[in-house]
Amino acid sequence: MIKAGIIGSGNIGTDLLLKLIKTDDIDPVIFAGRRSSSNGISIAKKKGINTTDKGINFFIENTNFCDIIYDCTNALDAKYHAEIFKTQGVKVIDLTPAKVGDLCVPVINSEIIKTKSNVNLITCGGQASTPLINAISKSCDLEYVEVVSQIASDSAGMATRLNIDNYIHTTEFAISQFTGCNNCKVILNLNPAIPQVDMQTTIFIKAKNINYSKLNKSVYKTIKRLKEYVPNYELTMPPTINNEVLVLSIKVRGTGDYLPEYAGNLDIINCAAIEITKNLL
Amino acid sequence: MKKIIITDSSLRDGNHSVSHSIELSSIKKYCQAADNANIPIVEVGHGNGLGASSLLIGKASFSDHDMLKTARENLSNSKLGVHVIPGIATIEKDIKPAIDSGVDVFRIASHCTEASVTKSHIEFLSKKNIEVFGVLMMTALASPEELVQNALEMQDYGALSIIIMDSTGTYLPLDVEKRIKLLVDKLNIPVGFHAHNNLNYAVHNSVIAVQNGATYIDACIRGFGAGAGNAPIEILIPVLDKFGYTLDINFQKIIMEADNVLNYLVPKVPVSAPVNILTGLNKLFSGFEKPIINASKINKLEYSSLIFELGNRKLVAGQEDLILEIATNLKNNNE
Repeated sequence: MIKAGIIGSGNIGTDLLLKLIKTDDIDPVIFAGRRSSSNGISIAKKKGINTTDKGINFFIENTNFCDIIYDCTNALDAKYHAEIFKTQGVKVIDLTPAKVGDLCVPVINSEIIKTKSNVNLITCGGQASTPLINAISKSCDLEYVEVVSQIASDSAGMATRLNIDNYIHTTEFAISQFTGCNNCKVILNLNPAIPQVDMQTTIFIKAKNINYSKLNKSVYKTIKRLKEYVPNYELTMPPTINNEVLVLSIKVRGTGDYLPEYAGNLDIINCAAIEITKNLL
Repeated sequence: MKKIIITDSSLRDGNHSVSHSIELSSIKKYCQAADNANIPIVEVGHGNGLGASSLLIGKASFSDHDMLKTARENLSNSKLGVHVIPGIATIEKDIKPAIDSGVDVFRIASHCTEASVTKSHIEFLSKKNIEVFGVLMMTALASPEELVQNALEMQDYGALSIIIMDSTGTYLPLDVEKRIKLLVDKLNIPVGFHAHNNLNYAVHNSVIAVQNGATYIDACIRGFGAGAGNAPIEILIPVLDKFGYTLDINFQKIIMEADNVLNYLVPKVPVSAPVNILTGLNKLFSGFEKPIINASKINKLEYSSLIFELGNRKLVAGQEDLILEIATNLKNNNE
């Protein structure tokens, strides 16, 4: 049993807690926020989970309380937290865009959690697209990759909005790192339509020497693997050639634990965090 | 009487109608003509602005750098402007190089209800004392009150003017009157209007905007812009003049250039074709014209049924990727 702590009692942290409660082998031993009145803390209490409103100070006072920490705060705080957990020798999965640790995606390199003290989960667009592009890169010579994501406005918090450039740069960096293709472009659209739209990502690829049968097989195999930890990850447009461009689209719906189902963009990050942790079992 | 400031968007919005392929030689020629005619601001670039050259929206024939450099070398009276959509363009990759290219006016745009994504970009430019406007796109999808709220946010970030775009060409004069009047009343900074001509109201709506207090008006030579095009600058100038507004633009030069551009810039004068009437009525981005026709052909659909479905889905600008997918699903459901 892995003893896990969550720091940050906002939407992401609370949804992650409800997901952890459903797992058999990860035990959420502490849920740390900064306001005892927060909705997340009261949900945790109702579920019989240990809570604290002391935030990072709880972990300073109680060293080595857990095996792993999920940091669901924000990029600025997460940088400070990372230093503290590093001196304590506690592993951190960073769900913020702080980028302290190496980028980590379950289907590609989740075993790095065994050796690294801190791993970062990139962005929703990164988690949704890099496994597929990584798989495709093995069946062709990539020349250009473009990833366009739509998310519901209601699922984009102020931090995402103020750091929209950061989202683009981080996702582009991750695509380069996991595919070896340095020529890439990322676009993010916020759609305010009601009822809210699901997260959807379209990948455009220009490549040479495409082995189509190998490519198709690896795409379907990767999706099957993704569905094991993101149940509502769906291929909405299979790999199609249109004007010499390879296009495919996927949609991600959440499981609606705390965040609404349309917020697949937030859900996929939490699902990835849990999947990566399983490497420590 | 009040001075009206015209932004000429021919070399930016016009790029939509030629799949972002305006030649550098045409940019040079038109910039010289606009500069000679004393047009206050000349907007240049890919149809969706800085950094928008992409498989999603369309690859531009020339880089932002080359387009802006060409324009800069040929503008001395007119200011050089660019359109910027956060989510597509970033400060590091696109805005900083554009500053180095000598851009005078940055128009930072978001979907009409999402002004907060422009905060970091407007603040960055405002702190550098660079002229920066806020642009609300697709405004027919928001209520006048929502527009005011989003415009106020942009004003707080440091925008020096707010441009209201009828990107879908949906407005009738009363829609423009309600919105511009309220915005002029609530904001401390000048308001502008950008028309599209889907329902043949672009010039009329621009006049209504001015009569209700707008200071900035976007227009294009021969209406050269996305879909049914924009307010034709060669009509707008004399009409505003007849209404008694001051423009300080050399009309004779512009009216003759409206003939010349057919030889080098405008291959086909935009008209409100049936597809444009339908996108206007269904509040869809004017730039969707080509992808809609393309997706309908591929799937052997009547574009009217695709347009109705896209309208129901409330796509925003920049969602060209979903058009083909929705068309494919529509065809499969029909079968």
